[in-house]
Amino acid sequence: MKALFAALLGTAALVVPATAQTVKIGAVISETGPGASLGIPEANSLRLLPTEVDGHDIQYIILDDGSDATRAVTAMRKLVAEDRVDAVIGSSVTPASLAMVEVAGELQVPTISLAGSAAIVTPVEGAREWMFKTAQNDALMAGAIADHMAANEVETVGIIAFSDSYGDNWISVVTPLLEEKGIEIVASERYARTDTSVTGQMLRVTSSRPDAVFVIGAGTPAVLPQQALVQRNYQGLVYQTHGVANSDFLRVGGAAVNGAIMPVGPVVVAEQLPDDHPSKEAAVAYKESYEAAHGAGSVSAFGSYAHDAGILLQNAIPVAARSAEPGTPEFRAALRDALEGLSDVTYVNGVATMSPTDHIGQDERARVIVTIEDGGWKLLP
Amino acid sequence: MDFSIFLILLQDGVVNGAIYALLALGLVLIFTVTRIVFVPIGDFVSYGALTLAALEAGRAPGTVWLLLILGGLSTLISFWFARNGLTAARVARILGEGVVLPLVVFLAIRTFSFAEGSQYVRVLAALAVVTPIGLYLYNIVYRPIAHASVLVLLVVSVALHLAMVGLGLVFFGAEGSGTQPLSTLTLELGPLFLTGQAIAVVAVTLALIAGLFVFFDRTLMGKALRATAVNRLGARLVGVSPVLCGKLGFVLATAIATLSGILVSSLTTIYYDTGFIIALKGFVAAIVGGLVSYPISALAAVLVGVVEAFSSFYASAFKEVIIFMMIIPVLLWRSFRTPVVEDEE
Repeated sequence: MKALFAALLGTAALVVPATAQTVKIGAVISETGPGASLGIPEANSLRLLPTEVDGHDIQYIILDDGSDATRAVTAMRKLVAEDRVDAVIGSSVTPASLAMVEVAGELQVPTISLAGSAAIVTPVEGAREWMFKTAQNDALMAGAIADHMAANEVETVGIIAFSDSYGDNWISVVTPLLEEKGIEIVASERYARTDTSVTGQMLRVTSSRPDAVFVIGAGTPAVLPQQALVQRNYQGLVYQTHGVANSDFLRVGGAAVNGAIMPVGPVVVAEQLPDDHPSKEAAVAYKESYEAAHGAGSVSAFGSYAHDAGILLQNAIPVAARSAEPGTPEFRAALRDALEGLSDVTYVNGVATMSPTDHIGQDERARVIVTIEDGGWKLLP
Repeated sequence: MDFSIFLILLQDGVVNGAIYALLALGLVLIFTVTRIVFVPIGDFVSYGALTLAALEAGRAPGTVWLLLILGGLSTLISFWFARNGLTAARVARILGEGVVLPLVVFLAIRTFSFAEGSQYVRVLAALAVVTPIGLYLYNIVYRPIAHASVLVLLVVSVALHLAMVGLGLVFFGAEGSGTQPLSTLTLELGPLFLTGQAIAVVAVTLALIAGLFVFFDRTLMGKALRATAVNRLGARLVGVSPVLCGKLGFVLATAIATLSGILVSSLTTIYYDTGFIIALKGFVAAIVGGLVSYPISALAAVLVGVVEAFSSFYASAFKEVIIFMMIIPVLLWRSFRTPVVEDEE
């Protein structure tokens, strides 16, 4: 099999020497399955990226992994073996991205994940030396929530979280941060994405009378607990994670989600950003180009992660191209080094400065706190 | 836990249980008449709810295209089966079922805007779009393999479910929708907070159960379905057409499933893949009823709903585990009580 592959690769190399200057970027995106609401705007954003940088043509090849880890790995191997891509973007969801880590190390191809979990790139060693990431770490976002709670004199909090790895991750990240601030978790309940009722869980949460309720869910399924809170006439603060930051959440939630507080990427409130925010220009430009192609109000933070992955590559490709030819293992290694050496790259989600120990490179500028007011996002100072 | 919490949980459980009961009835109906474990029944819940949501938003739902295409395929298959005995009346009937009906619905949906006007009109329109899909699927998918073993029929059902989920994503997108309630009435009874929609869910379920009872007990068609359920070959010998019964069973079951999707969609957000989980809980109830008994299945469905509500209060992380574990003692009990019967093949 290996010999066959080698033979095929050899033939391919003979047939296409003329396109050696084209940099090929593969993308493994969850355009279907449970991650589809992330994957669809991500794929749309990739299709809007420039196809040329510094004299090098860039070609994007987008494959769907159905939000499935096995299919993500298959797609990634296909991209590297058959299309001989120089870098991979993906996947949209954490389980698929974690599965791709080993492949990135084995095939020695730099990979930029769009998923949330910090475990994809930390610690930077072994196969993870080839992994980078553009979505904010849950810890960065959770820190913003804990700070906001402390500033608003929240002493007790009730949590209702997805009964999957999203909920598990968030609970494990946010619990120590809350403890640090002296905030007590008085109820911790779970629910499933497809549940039709959370009455039982919300009774449990509200009967412990917390100052704030923290809903840990992604996308429109996070509306349900908040509707139940409105029905129970709950008066305290309600927090959500950045996983809800798309227009469908507003559409489905309607009046029930007014007043929810959450940390999000700057793009969600691009126009409201203060002029001295480094990402204002990039965020507004991205939002305008996306909405020109897909309709007003269609932009979401998820698509911006794919856009940012493109920006990182556009900054790294010219550096790598000085030392190697695209399409070779040397170029992939050079590209990895170039990505790791990026410094002060302004993109939609803040400013990135990579280092050999940090393959995200973000700081507080990568998130803002917003609330929902009259069916729209409003930046909180 | 105080009494008010108990009452609220009970109410929540009964309302959800009523939805599961509708699906359990649909599953039992199709299984007894055709021996098919109709896995895609949950997809009709999603299709019904999201079709209604699309109509509310003034969009033409993608399901009307599916209706048109499946109607055409179904017509071809009907002609193939009827090729040795085509009469004018038969041709007219086949064309009416597979071409005229979807075309009328298609044109009505494309011409009129349903965004304005009564919710009841939209509900009827959604039923008219989604229900015939069940009929056509029977004709296209199951009729050619009606004599296959239960296992083959099950495998085909699973495949059909996967196809329908995929199509649901294409038609409706990844994000969910809710719909307007049929009634905006709210009543406060002590700690209980009754909504008109919750009352409607329970009322429609009871009405459908009563309606099915009358249908099976009093009408000729209903008796024909029951005869087919009891003994397929015997029913055929006395002149009951198994194909007609299959079609009728599918129309009834998909109409029930679509209606339950429409009912549940104003209580919660429905996604293109939500229906499967709801149907799975209906399936647990149907299994408790041995896939043959309507009243036991309906009661078991209410029990599933109540257990779900209470386990979401006491142990929300294990809620699904508890519900699906319910099936194990029932299966054990059934396998001890009933003698082993070899599959009829």
